[in-house]
Amino acid sequence: MTVLLALALTLVAALLLLVLTFIKRKSPAVFREIAALTRLKRAAGLAVEDGTRLHVSLGRGGLVTPRGAASLSALALLRQIGEQTSISDRPPVATSGDPVLAALSQDTLQAAYQSAGVEEFFEPASGRLGGMTPFSYAASAMMVTRQEQVSTDVLMGDFGPEIGLLTEASERENANLIAAAHDPAAQSILFASTNEPLVGEELFAIPAYIGHDPAQRASLQVQDVLRWLLILALLVAAGLKMMGVP
Amino acid sequence: MKKRPVATIIAISVGVIVLLGTFIPIPLFATVRLELVQWAMILAGVAVLVGIGNLFSVHFQKIRRREKGSVYSVTLLVAMLATLFVGVMVGPSHAWMQGAVEAIIIPVEASLMALLAVTLVYASIRLLRRRAGLMSVIFLGTAALILLASVSLPLIGEIPFLSDWIRPWLMFGPAAGGARGLLLGVALGALLTGLRALFAFDRPYGGK
Repeated sequence: MTVLLALALTLVAALLLLVLTFIKRKSPAVFREIAALTRLKRAAGLAVEDGTRLHVSLGRGGLVTPRGAASLSALALLRQIGEQTSISDRPPVATSGDPVLAALSQDTLQAAYQSAGVEEFFEPASGRLGGMTPFSYAASAMMVTRQEQVSTDVLMGDFGPEIGLLTEASERENANLIAAAHDPAAQSILFASTNEPLVGEELFAIPAYIGHDPAQRASLQVQDVLRWLLILALLVAAGLKMMGVP
Repeated sequence: MKKRPVATIIAISVGVIVLLGTFIPIPLFATVRLELVQWAMILAGVAVLVGIGNLFSVHFQKIRRREKGSVYSVTLLVAMLATLFVGVMVGPSHAWMQGAVEAIIIPVEASLMALLAVTLVYASIRLLRRRAGLMSVIFLGTAALILLASVSLPLIGEIPFLSDWIRPWLMFGPAAGGARGLLLGVALGALLTGLRALFAFDRPYGGK
């Protein structure tokens, strides 16, 4: 029964995603404003003008683990940031705590440079493996913030409590900080240590807000539709239970 | 711009097979899925070596360019090469290698954890200055209650009302409910992110 429900949910999500991506709508979808993401858009533009650097921390979620989705979403954002800031004097740097993710971050940045038509400026060292344990990764990402003239830190992906050290380092360097994490413990730390915390599924909404990719925007709309369906299902289930239906 | 059609075809095919193997109880799909997942694990193992090469290269370049803080890079490379040499010579289960883990890595990680505790206390104190509001007050109040309920205070010991009633109610009531809500939202986001990769709307393997 559970497998059938999961299959049905996946099929509905896939169908809605395809329809909403390819359908030509008269009025485009409007999303509520998220202050942190408006700031991120502005920060990406300013980094190019100021010749400062954007640092994207992708976390340590391996793609062969259940935490991989957060990393995939972070890579989608890296691609967009890479396209927007690749012409900066100081191109963006991506650090990760997982070797597969580090390799993919290099590939993603290279694709972003190609897309922006400046592939000759791509440096493989801009996609780096920081460390293999949570705290060694945090220490390495903190060093990038401290030493490489970073004006904006984007922490997005799978982090644990060590994210508290990264937010502290960013604050010390007066860098703009935009942070979203997959793990509820990391989210609670972000609530205490950032000005505009991004909570829950907002992690997966970031690429839709920053870029103009129809698939990203459609994906966000499907998430909203499924969320309402889920709320409805929970209410119906609660009601049935109250009425004594097993 | 390179399209990389082969990479795209491989990624989509593997994704579809793994998904079918999860949902459809046909032994062939399950076997192929298991095999593909094992290949992924082997590739992830190889990626560790590539990642270490990348780490070495980044820090070597820092030293060569005499960048700010390159003394840390020297320390890292010397430690990395020494550990690699000793590890290859005596094996990972030798007392020297175990000693390196127990005497260096674990204490350093523990000290960073302690630093994190101080950082979080400081961040919590600043929270009301940063974002004074009802949610911040609830957050700090809840954190303080859970802390008081979890520790044994000098002279008083545990406070029974807090540890027996308030903490379980907070943890298994509002906190568990909130965490489940967050996780449901995250799961929906994860599902859609996976589907975008499956339909090649997102291509983390480059191209487009």
